[in-house]
Amino acid sequence: MKGVVSVCLFVVVLLAGWQSLVSGFDLPHYILPSPMRVVTTFTTHFWLILEHATVTFSEVILGLFFGVLLGGMTAITLAASPVARAVMRPMMVLSQALPVFALAPILTLWLGYGLIPKIIMALLIIYFPVTSSFFDGLMRTPSGMLDMARVMGAKPSAILFHIRIPAAVPGLASGMRLAAVYAPIGAIIGEWVGASEGLGYLMLLANGRAKIDLMFAALFMLVVMTLALHFLVDRLATIAVRRIDPSAAG
Amino acid sequence: MTAPSLTIKGDAHIGNQLIFKAACLDIPAGAWTCLLGRSGVGKTTILKLIAGLDEHITFTGDMSSSDGKPLAGRIALMSQTDNLLPWLSVRGNIMLGSRMRQEHSQSEQADALIERVGLTEFSDRKPHTLSGGMRQRVALARTLMEDRPIMLLDEPFSALDAGLRAEMQELATELFTGKTVLLITHDPAEAARMGHRLYLMTGFGIENLTAILPQQPNQSQRTVRDFDSAEVLAATGSLLSKLREAQR
Repeated sequence: MKGVVSVCLFVVVLLAGWQSLVSGFDLPHYILPSPMRVVTTFTTHFWLILEHATVTFSEVILGLFFGVLLGGMTAITLAASPVARAVMRPMMVLSQALPVFALAPILTLWLGYGLIPKIIMALLIIYFPVTSSFFDGLMRTPSGMLDMARVMGAKPSAILFHIRIPAAVPGLASGMRLAAVYAPIGAIIGEWVGASEGLGYLMLLANGRAKIDLMFAALFMLVVMTLALHFLVDRLATIAVRRIDPSAAG
Repeated sequence: MTAPSLTIKGDAHIGNQLIFKAACLDIPAGAWTCLLGRSGVGKTTILKLIAGLDEHITFTGDMSSSDGKPLAGRIALMSQTDNLLPWLSVRGNIMLGSRMRQEHSQSEQADALIERVGLTEFSDRKPHTLSGGMRQRVALARTLMEDRPIMLLDEPFSALDAGLRAEMQELATELFTGKTVLLITHDPAEAARMGHRLYLMTGFGIENLTAILPQQPNQSQRTVRDFDSAEVLAATGSLLSKLREAQR
């Protein structure tokens, strides 16, 4: 409750500062529109913004889904096989030296202006955090549990399935929390580079036509969407972690 | 499955570091052997060696069982941490071994064991709702569920308070009847109470101190010595002095 109050207070201060900036310097609306003007634009253009938001949302959700799937499978492969670790880890580190942003134009060139390159951008941007936090969790199984399982005569695959993967759920959960806020970034970059729909496209278009109020309204929608996604994933992650270890905090 | 006796003779190294030299451990069948020593003296290394767990240890010498069969698959392990999986119920934890080996469900046997450790009404509870003593009883039942002739116990009761520890010693003695038990402990009182045979491990080596133990007891009677009997208290005292002497 205290958190909600302080967030509300912060928003009020921000809006007041914004409004006084606009009035104080007498800024024209094509440089910085007043908060009221943005609100008006948001309501008059609501359906347009929602339409574009739906596109971006689909890209983000699909990117999240495939990114978590691919990252999860990679982490399990790495954890299960020392050979895979030796071969793939240097490659993964190398791939991180490559800015994902730089790939966006190439993806658009190869795959066109549709949803696919945006989904792949979202996927690429979350792949590494998901993989590495799940992998860390898989490699941190308490050694006592592993010793016990080995003395019990369990095969490595059974230990992975019955002990290591469930014990790594908190790691996967923290990776997914990061992924929920990163994935929209990937989708927006994809849309900036080349798209005919989506919030990123709308913002670029509005900016180019000096409709800064529309740009702010679209940005506001993006923030709301990302926050909603963050809270949803955070909630799911917390439930999953509590199921695995009810004594864990958070 | 009758329990075999074990013999371990030889040297062990981890890298260049000597863990023990010219050790000679005879672990008699169907009895409790205590390996007493201060923390960090390498007791657990011996246990891991027998359990086949530590691939960093190089052991040169002879490690064999009286029936000549390999040890793998005939050992159960219980340690100071209960290693209960927090996402499984009491029953789920007890049946973990059989589930991982994909054996068919032995839930009646599990329920019988849960009853023997007095946790019937808690069998569907998750470990975090149980007290430390109850958790260790679950671990005890899980170890028994494995139905192995050799039990390796690595200070299993040392994290419990004195009253619970005494209780667990009695319960374990009763439940591990007929099994070959190696108990690693740093507690002279526990060694004096539980042991049929006793080895003291120090930086200088391993010494057989069975003679210090009170009259050869209860191996058949399936009970532990009374913790407050004069002989046990005297043995506890002399073991403690031996432990401290060895440190100097």
